[in-house]
Amino acid sequence: MATSTYKPRPQAIVIPWGRIALHIILLIGSFIMVLPFLWMVSTSLKTSTDILREFPPKLIPSTFMISNYSTALTSLPFDRFYFNSLLVATSVTVLQLLTSSLAAYAFARLRFKGRNALFFLYLVGLMIPFPVLLLPNFLIVRQLGWFDSYLALIVPPAFSAFSIFLLRQYYRGLPMDYDESARIDGASSLRIWWSIIVPNSRPALAALAVFTFLGTWNDFLWPLVVTNSNNMRTLPVGLSMFQGQFTVRWELLMAASVVALIPVLIVYFFAQNWIIKGLSVSSGLKG
Amino acid sequence: MDSARDLSPKVEAPQPSTLLQKLSFKLGIGVWRADQQFEGYLFLLPSLIGFIIFVLAPIVISLALSFHQWDLITPPVFIGPANYIELFTKDPIFGSVIKNTFWYTALIVPVQIVLGFTLAIILNMGLRWAKLYRMLYFMPVVASVVAAAMVFRFLFNQQTGVIAAGIWEIKGSLLGQGWVQSSPQLLTWVNTINPPDFLNAPGQGIWPGWALVSVAIFTVWKNVGFTMVIYLAALQAVPEVLYDAAKVDGANRWRLLRFVTIPLVSPTTFFILVIQMLGAFQIFTEPIIMSANTQRQLPAAAASIVTYIYQNAFSFTRMGKAAAISWVLFAIVFAVTILQTVLQRRWVYYETD
Repeated sequence: MATSTYKPRPQAIVIPWGRIALHIILLIGSFIMVLPFLWMVSTSLKTSTDILREFPPKLIPSTFMISNYSTALTSLPFDRFYFNSLLVATSVTVLQLLTSSLAAYAFARLRFKGRNALFFLYLVGLMIPFPVLLLPNFLIVRQLGWFDSYLALIVPPAFSAFSIFLLRQYYRGLPMDYDESARIDGASSLRIWWSIIVPNSRPALAALAVFTFLGTWNDFLWPLVVTNSNNMRTLPVGLSMFQGQFTVRWELLMAASVVALIPVLIVYFFAQNWIIKGLSVSSGLKG
Repeated sequence: MDSARDLSPKVEAPQPSTLLQKLSFKLGIGVWRADQQFEGYLFLLPSLIGFIIFVLAPIVISLALSFHQWDLITPPVFIGPANYIELFTKDPIFGSVIKNTFWYTALIVPVQIVLGFTLAIILNMGLRWAKLYRMLYFMPVVASVVAAAMVFRFLFNQQTGVIAAGIWEIKGSLLGQGWVQSSPQLLTWVNTINPPDFLNAPGQGIWPGWALVSVAIFTVWKNVGFTMVIYLAALQAVPEVLYDAAKVDGANRWRLLRFVTIPLVSPTTFFILVIQMLGAFQIFTEPIIMSANTQRQLPAAAASIVTYIYQNAFSFTRMGKAAAISWVLFAIVFAVTILQTVLQRRWVYYETD
């Protein structure tokens, strides 16, 4: 080509219409995702007459009724619900990680009679939807005398075939040489599990911890079925009780929702990368 | 010599030769180690106890329960398959909750997959603020279902809800327009616009009803960020080389999407399809919180299989019937999963090395 005839042309300003259109779509989407939260906060600060009379409803309340929060929080023991949710979610996460990691280690790295048959049985358990197990679990918990206690909330969910399956897949990917050389050095299986397998599977364990904690924190059906006193209710069940008491006191319901949601969202803002990764990895891990 | 060492195969367990050995190898019988017999079970013990008490025994109990009549007070009575016969011949509500549950699945799963995939594609284009968008879209996923569903119960409320108010607003402003007033037909049509009872309105003909659609909308809002994030991870794993090769062959953007991206993320699509369907068939919390009254009774148009199980077990104390419903749910979920596994061979593309 005749490069010698090249003359610099004045630079035209290119308007990236495509990108602008995409941003508009994404902004509308973001608006839809965030607006319910804003509306929740706004409603929680309104007076009940404003909610009923004001037309059209406004996002910025005309009066700020901070007292809605004290009314909502004193009508039911939300501090207790919070404590219960924290205790239950933390215990279930720790116990589930422990039992699953031990079992996954046995399934992935030890060779014993009946291992594959047992693992197959676990896979069958994985295929049974929870509603099938709900009633018998309720009956068993009642029979054990655990109804309306922390034991009922913590022990049955502390076991998960799903977590075992997931960790087994991960453990199988770790080099077998680790175990062999540790064994030659005289390490026991327990020592190998604790000092080699667990430290090497931190990403999988962390992802599973996020997944289990959030799942337990937000679980509704099981705690609903096995508790019946305010002392034992977790936050979601407590909130639903509150809804039963104050059906149309929207400002109080929304204040309670804010109290239940905001701490979780604050944690999310600070640990979002970790949480998003944890949730998608633990459910997206296929091999 | 060095290259020979590099190519040498990894040391593996001795390969079985005879058929019997092969079979026992598959079943894991012949490959056990003497020193790990006791240990294996020791490591399994904590989870095995839980598994037996809270999974295996319940499966048996539930199956037995479904052939009994039991109100939790008087002793259970064996009644054979009467619960199942009742469900399929004498219980019109059961038919409607099955229909509703299929509607939930049919509305939630495809919408969520298409929206999640589209959002992931857009966010993967290297736009500015992609991380911020991702954070906002994922926000509902971490929010408690109960709290979020309560907010939507308020938004969808017919009297004081924001969505109903929006519809009244639009109607009011349309009626004020000169071009609407000039046409009598248009005017009568605008006059018929009224916000429906989003949380209770029953269906009609093929339309499943607002009571169900509102819950489906909420569920999509709540979970679409999750689908999007899973797709984002899958998109980032598609090798750039393939796009370059296709571009050299003259593929346009649409063809890149159709013949490179979609086949390569099809395992992810399959995975999302399976877990979303499992979730949608078991929908419970969303309809209960959004549309149930204080006695936890749902409008017929929003009731799902699991809410019906709950209602039979804990409102009517018909434990046997509730167990029977749960086994019908299992049969449906099982059949759908098998069907998907069979069908996946036709459309899921697995890269082979």
